[in-house]
Amino acid sequence: MAVLRPALANSRALSAEERRYFLARRMKTLLTHAILIIFGITFMLPFVWMISSSLKPNVDIFELPVRLIPKTYRPENYIDATNAIPFWQYLWNSTYYTIFATIGAVLSNTFIAYGFARVRWRGRNVLFIIVIATMMLPFQVRMIPLYILFAKIGWLNTFLPLIVPNFFGNAFYIFLMRQFMMTLPKELDDAARIDGASEWGIFWRIAVPLSKPAILTVAIFEIIHTWHDFVGPLVYLRHPTKYTLSIGLRLYFTQYGAEWGLLMAAAAMFTIPMVIFFFFAQRSFIEGITLTGLKG
Amino acid sequence: MFKLKRDPADQSNSWRTDNLPAWGLFFVAPWIIGFLAFTVYPFFASLYFSFTNFNIINFSPRWVGLDNYVELFTADPIFWISIGNSIRYAALLLIFATVFDIFIAYLLSLNVKFLSIYRTVFFFPVLVPVVAASLTWIWILNPRFGLINGLLDLIGVKGPNWLASPDTAMLSIILIAVWGSGRQVIVYLSGFNDIPRSLYEAADIDGASGTQKFWRITLPLLSPQIFFNVVTLIIFSLQSFSEVYIMTGGGPANSTLLYAVNLYNRAFRDFAMGYASALAWIMFLLILGLTLIIFKFLSGRVIYER
Repeated sequence: MAVLRPALANSRALSAEERRYFLARRMKTLLTHAILIIFGITFMLPFVWMISSSLKPNVDIFELPVRLIPKTYRPENYIDATNAIPFWQYLWNSTYYTIFATIGAVLSNTFIAYGFARVRWRGRNVLFIIVIATMMLPFQVRMIPLYILFAKIGWLNTFLPLIVPNFFGNAFYIFLMRQFMMTLPKELDDAARIDGASEWGIFWRIAVPLSKPAILTVAIFEIIHTWHDFVGPLVYLRHPTKYTLSIGLRLYFTQYGAEWGLLMAAAAMFTIPMVIFFFFAQRSFIEGITLTGLKG
Repeated sequence: MFKLKRDPADQSNSWRTDNLPAWGLFFVAPWIIGFLAFTVYPFFASLYFSFTNFNIINFSPRWVGLDNYVELFTADPIFWISIGNSIRYAALLLIFATVFDIFIAYLLSLNVKFLSIYRTVFFFPVLVPVVAASLTWIWILNPRFGLINGLLDLIGVKGPNWLASPDTAMLSIILIAVWGSGRQVIVYLSGFNDIPRSLYEAADIDGASGTQKFWRITLPLLSPQIFFNVVTLIIFSLQSFSEVYIMTGGGPANSTLLYAVNLYNRAFRDFAMGYASALAWIMFLLILGLTLIIFKFLSGRVIYER
């Protein structure tokens, strides 16, 4: 219809019925955009308010009527925020945790998923059902014994309890990568086998290169998860030199709750790396969610 | 996720002879080790701890039998408050998020212009770290100078004391969770996009109305996504902790004290590890029971084949 429309409009006058039809269509499109824009603005407002407050001097923060666009700008808030808390220390801790947790997740889950997706062996499906079943176990059930275990072996206030388990697979990622690897053509494995490749060779030379999109998805999910993580560091990292941005920022809030300019500046510096990261990885990210939101 | 891909080769018996489990076990070995150390061990240890009390000084468990469970059910009003709060939170979040996310995904599926911009906008809250988002919301909901009451002030309305009043605190945290549910929009959108256009065209020819098309075509064909999102949302919301712990700490007057917040307080504020383990087990059984009920009643209604 949309293609026909200009031609119709030029060649002859529209009948009343046609006009009503196009009007209704246009109204529907307009309404759709209007609703999306209203909700969209509402969804972005918290972020806008965060940035706006982060640029306001303290006198303007506590001022009515509220302003979204600051009256005077005070970018020094960002510098002050990095001095009010050991910002660079926290940033480094968050980065360190994110890097190693992601390396662990990528290595282990690619490896494990290959065993579930491409190698055929007795007991595979039973074991895979157990993998899926572990997703239902709330982390609270594991939290206390693991805390006591890690306390006994002296791992509290280190990143080891947060990083080491990542090197042993995660049910959700195994599931995601298995689903992906099962779509790769089996003929490749057979061809490689005829050429004398070992199971390891097939994994390393064929499965890993072809699974790059899924590996990327796991990496992206894990980077976001670790960067955001609050409970893990809250339970295991009780020493100020080990705090991540999550813990450090909340601590600063509980001590200086009224410093909204600095708090919002710090929150923005905590958020912006994820936003930049998202814009680079957007496609894999959306595809990853679609992939986990069940396909086949 | 609930209909797993089947390897066609499984149907034949040929592979059993040509592949010993050795290579398979080699690849899944890390998972087996991790499963034993970080799932099986804590699973049973937690069950054992739930029948013990922990001595704070030397931190060793002492057997007390069913005492923790008896106390939980008969002498701990906080336990019942937190269960009620969590169920209310999960139920309302489930309704609000499901309706809203399906609605937004539906609008996005109408072939709108600027789709990728809209999609990014609704997904954006997922990118904001939990602590950064929670602090921002505390500031937005500031009773006097926050954005919302500030805007209400412009039209002469005195806004409520959102997070600090027992009447509005629960509603606030639920709406904030809806704000952060953008992952579901993406899942629903992919579901909408998978519905073949031809079905609607056929329905048009038969003279079906918009509502009929929604109930008879859209909803049934969206059922795998709805099922997936409902199950994950229930499991997730019953374990919900961070946002609420940061924004209200369970207050005011325990009105937002979710189950997981109470559990954390018992374990790491009071160091009542045995008691908290009993709480964790009740939670596990609750989630297990709910999931099984959903599977029993919903999975039969899910339509996978197109």
